[in-house]
Amino acid sequence: MNRLQALFAKRPKNLLSIYYTAGYPHLNSTLSIAQLLEEAGVDFIEIGFPYSDPVADGPIIQSSSNQALENGMRLKVLFHQLQDLRAQVQIPVVLMGYLNVVLQYGIERFCERCQALGVDACIIPDLPLEVYKRDYENLFKSYNISFICLISPTTTEARIREIDQLESVFIYMVSSAATTGKDLNLGDQTAAYFNRIAQMNLKHPLIVGFGISNRESFQMACHYASGAIVGSAFVKSLQGLEITEHGSLSREGQEQLNSFIKEIKG
Amino acid sequence: MNYFVDNKGYYGEFGGAYIPEMLYPNIAELQAQYKAIMAEDSFQKEFNQLLKDYVGRPSPLYLAKNLSAKIGAQIYLKREDLNHTGAHKINNTIGQILLAERLGKTRIIAETGAGQHGVATATVCALRGLTCEVYMGEVDMARQAPNVARMKMLGAKVIPASSGSKTLKDATNEAMRDWINNPENTHYIIGSVVGPHPYPDLVAKFQRIISTETKLQLKGQTGRENPQFVIACVGGGSNAMGMFYDFIPNEEVQLIAVEAAGLGLNSGKSAATTALGKMGVLHGSKSILMQTEDGQVIEPHSISAGLDYPGIGPQHAHLFATGRAQYTAITDADAMQAGIELAQLEGIIPAIESAHALAQLHKMSFSKEDVVVVCLSGRGDKDMETYMNYLKD
Repeated sequence: MNRLQALFAKRPKNLLSIYYTAGYPHLNSTLSIAQLLEEAGVDFIEIGFPYSDPVADGPIIQSSSNQALENGMRLKVLFHQLQDLRAQVQIPVVLMGYLNVVLQYGIERFCERCQALGVDACIIPDLPLEVYKRDYENLFKSYNISFICLISPTTTEARIREIDQLESVFIYMVSSAATTGKDLNLGDQTAAYFNRIAQMNLKHPLIVGFGISNRESFQMACHYASGAIVGSAFVKSLQGLEITEHGSLSREGQEQLNSFIKEIKG
Repeated sequence: MNYFVDNKGYYGEFGGAYIPEMLYPNIAELQAQYKAIMAEDSFQKEFNQLLKDYVGRPSPLYLAKNLSAKIGAQIYLKREDLNHTGAHKINNTIGQILLAERLGKTRIIAETGAGQHGVATATVCALRGLTCEVYMGEVDMARQAPNVARMKMLGAKVIPASSGSKTLKDATNEAMRDWINNPENTHYIIGSVVGPHPYPDLVAKFQRIISTETKLQLKGQTGRENPQFVIACVGGGSNAMGMFYDFIPNEEVQLIAVEAAGLGLNSGKSAATTALGKMGVLHGSKSILMQTEDGQVIEPHSISAGLDYPGIGPQHAHLFATGRAQYTAITDADAMQAGIELAQLEGIIPAIESAHALAQLHKMSFSKEDVVVVCLSGRGDKDMETYMNYLKD
């Protein structure tokens, strides 16, 4: 059982996950941010490896990806940085990135590195379910890397059931028809969608992502799902933070990060 | 050998639909319905009627005698530049707007490079009364200003794409993001034979008219429907795919696709995808892509905005991999020379995109009797500033 499977085996509630981009704001800040998030009480983290053309992402994550690429972040570099991951961080880690980067690295080599470094799962938004099942499912399973699928308000019930049949840890419920970073509308329409999915009694727990930016939206997501992922709002909070050459945050930056998490978790 | 799409949406190992789940319903709807809709009598009737009365088809096949004498072969120009709006792009937008209407969509989005596809989309939206928003790279908006003005006059909203290289690739990213944000009422009219299946196939089928007409016209003018050579320029590759389509099964016809070498293949400023790229996934399909070792897409360069794209359509990748078509590249300088040459020999100012195909004539040796068809994909009005600056230097 990998760390993510172990975490979800207890059917927990109110899970908070944080997404951030590897190599942003500083090339070497990847691991120190992971440590700080663990200390702040985050339940699992999602680390994005940058791609030049991230079509599912809104402006904030796009610009963090561009900056990370300029800083010299590459998948190879990230794997190098993660060599110390499990000496320093115990919470589950999900890697998120686009298919082309993984293809060029080699999918099997990617799975092999993930397993060796203690990465538990991955999200590849432009790797569709059909292709995953046809070409890669056995590979991911053999390295015990969980593959997380997304659903959105326009996903049909039949399709959701099909995704639920897949062996995974949770289903990533995209909160609205949107790219990342658009504030979630907390009104009736969103509640109706969350409720509709919750009523389906899926095998897999749900984690809500996209547009979760504060305590209010986090709580609403937790009301219907097992937890939520905060991405753009966190990445935005990293803008302008003081970072040393070695990638560690200043005391002020650490406090800011802590209060960001505290504000959301309550 | 099958050179066309298979029932899974692939061309050999290329193609497919590599899209985020958020776009799945839209793509699944298109996949399920495009063939049936296009096969409807009422669709075909309306499509052909509009191509005839509104676009002005068939476009002429013109034997360019002066150019022929200079090159030493029988050079025929397929005059897509004489279509309404000035390029081949309108063939596809007419088809897609009729498709969008039948899918019940009320809002249209598009990406554009040179602006020709944007203008062609804005045109059909004006004609049919649909809302139109066109994404265009900031760099392209500056170098193709007349087309920006045309789109606005036609009632479209032009939205600048300011990410990445601020050209066609980035405009396409922005259009896909828009579609993710507006999945229900919106149809995305992709302008080339790129994107997730079924786009490469449906765009090719709407552009196929170019080769269908050419065969008939050639038969009428020469007595034979097949030439020795067919030449077309390739950015994403829609005019080339339309120009090749009906000739693909005739293996004796040599198909030559001309990419933009920019400042030269080894200059770091090029858009010659087959020469510089390798297999990758961009904008929803697996194809050949200019990229770094790490899989980051390389910003292309071409003097022509319409060829300034780091990939090619998956069917082109397949024609390249199987050797059915030959892929070459022409520099900015050679293209400009060929454009000026056509203007002065034949009184036709070609788009700089099409000038790449013309420049290829100088790179080949022909015998006098060889029949060569070049797709003159668009006219050069939009490029006058670039031509003038070039002549000044």
